[in-house]
Amino acid sequence: MKTETRERFTKQAFARPKSLVDVKTHFCPGCHHGIAHRIVAEAIDLYGLREKTIGVACVGCSVFLYDYIDVDVAEAPHGRAPAVATGVKRAQPDKFVFTYQGDGDLAAIGTSEVVHAANRGENITVIFVNNTTYGMTGGQMAPTTMLGQKTSTSPYGRDFRKDGYPIKMAELLATLEGTAYSARVATSTPAQIRKAKEAVRKAFDMQLKEMGFSIVEFLSTCPTNWGMKPVDAQKRVSGEMSEYFPLGVYKERKQADFL
Amino acid sequence: MSLAETASRRLLMKGNEAICLGAIAAGCRFYYGYPITPQNDIPEYMSAHLPPIGGTFLQAESEVATINFILGTAASGKRVMTSSSGPGISLMQEGLSYMAGSELPAVIVNISRSGPGLGGIAPSQGDYLQAVKCGGHGGYKMPVLAPHSVQEMYSLTMLAFDLADKYRTPAMILGDAIVGQMKEPFEAVPYVPTVPLDKPWALTGCAGRHRQNVKSLYLKDNAIEVHNWKLHRKYLQMQAEEVRFEEYHLEGAKIAIVAFGTAARVSKTAIQWARKEGIAAGMLRPVTVFPFPAAQVDAVAKRGDVVLVIEMNTGQMLEDVRVSTTCHDKIRFLGKPCAMPTPEEIHREIRKLAGRAE
Ligand SMILES: Cc1ncc(C[n+]2csc(CCOP(=O)(O)OP(=O)(O)O)c2C)c(N)n1
Ligand code: SF4
Ligand SMILES: [Mg+2]
Repeated sequence: MKTETRERFTKQAFARPKSLVDVKTHFCPGCHHGIAHRIVAEAIDLYGLREKTIGVACVGCSVFLYDYIDVDVAEAPHGRAPAVATGVKRAQPDKFVFTYQGDGDLAAIGTSEVVHAANRGENITVIFVNNTTYGMTGGQMAPTTMLGQKTSTSPYGRDFRKDGYPIKMAELLATLEGTAYSARVATSTPAQIRKAKEAVRKAFDMQLKEMGFSIVEFLSTCPTNWGMKPVDAQKRVSGEMSEYFPLGVYKERKQADFL
Repeated sequence: MSLAETASRRLLMKGNEAICLGAIAAGCRFYYGYPITPQNDIPEYMSAHLPPIGGTFLQAESEVATINFILGTAASGKRVMTSSSGPGISLMQEGLSYMAGSELPAVIVNISRSGPGLGGIAPSQGDYLQAVKCGGHGGYKMPVLAPHSVQEMYSLTMLAFDLADKYRTPAMILGDAIVGQMKEPFEAVPYVPTVPLDKPWALTGCAGRHRQNVKSLYLKDNAIEVHNWKLHRKYLQMQAEEVRFEEYHLEGAKIAIVAFGTAARVSKTAIQWARKEGIAAGMLRPVTVFPFPAAQVDAVAKRGDVVLVIEMNTGQMLEDVRVSTTCHDKIRFLGKPCAMPTPEEIHREIRKLAGRAE
């Protein structure tokens, strides 16, 4: 085939985002961290932010954010990413600043930091990956672990009488005045992924328009620690997880309002 | 307040406020903190004086958040400071360890109180060990400066910023309620940087360069071992280049006091009284408590009859004095864990050691 003909018939429909580094990932098969990484990289490209972005990585399976996303990245202590991001954003208000955090990181040890960053209306974006467990440390119970879910530290299943209930961060943070945008998405079907991209774009847009704190909660998988095949893990997200953690937009500020 | 305004003016201020002035003169435009006695003058001063000069004051929800705000601003390449006391400094230790591991400069002020626990707010030097021996995990060190006057609260703060940048490390001002709260005149000399102020390693967005990161995690190969030795070499260099101390009436001193901060300040009066009575007393005052003036302690111990360590605690720097010299039989200790020793008490101790009648 002549080159022009080949070009005519093979229009590229799918390419690696410029901000996503071309390396093999360390994530387990069926893990959705990689999908979330890609969606973040696409949004960085969309808004042309690569050269003005500072990412803040958390402690968890996504600690190697700096190996995958081609932007400057700071490592935060476990749970403290919103505080580190605050320090970066206050020093460089003209830069785009996001954190990328797991559920143990954000909803357990780092609850205080994320609540207060949101409440200050800190103009940062939080990508929150909820896989209902502490992936990196071997699948222990997290505050997001579902009732009855067996983990390495809830071998009899999570019991609300002992450990309380799975915490709904997207809803909780949406109640705060400083939050401009809060949504929960999933990445188990192409339709969900399209919505997830839309949510991340909105969250980025909020920061660019200086509307305040924005967060997107991703319902994610951890096939390794759930003891599930990737396909079953995907089904769990669309099934029992989305039932308890409903997908949707919990807050969307229309204009920068001041109380 | 502009730099020119603070240039070489004689001012009357509290020690805590002099710290703020020194920081602002050194170009610090970011301060974060959380209220705790006896250092509240610092956040109060900064909240009033930073915004008018385009700086940023932010009150954090905790000291845990504070030190991580600091980490983020330090990673951005800006000079940044916080202050706290005992319990708050404890909460900062994880962040300090991350900053030491990630090689991030900042100035941390500890206007210390007595502990452990909630302890007391009376003047104390209860945090010496935490400050100089590595309060957090992993075995790092940082420069720790111990001012004994309002003048030093001002000038050592400027030095702390330079040391922090020179070594890419957090640096600490270790004060107490007396040097923090007392007012005395001091010379607000202009700041003259002794280190380059550009920070090519800072995270500023990767325009025109490869992406960079600030981190303390090194998993591959033996990178963590290489990193640990690199940090260790910095601490050795600090010990070789940054030891600072004051020799006070050490000529012919048979009784050599070793004291820092307020304890040293009070000792000066007692030494003057003793000298008037013909007692050969003097003092070696560590200005840097890390790096510790070990060789100087050894020298005064060898020259004199007695080394009298005076601290507002039950004997923390005493440990460093012991490892600095083999003259252990000459070491004596006078400690007041939760108060300032009076000149009379120190004078009495000197007289006793000199064999004078009560
Ligand atoms: C202060 C502190 N406590 C505990 C740990 C150990 N730790 C590392 S990662 C992690 C949990 C990670 O879980 P999550 O945030 O849900 O991320 P995931 O790995 O599931 O993506 C914990 C507890 C730590 N690094 N620091
Ligand atoms: S342990 Fe779980 S969260 Fe971590 S990479 Fe594997 S699947 Fe993903
Ligand atoms: Mg998790």
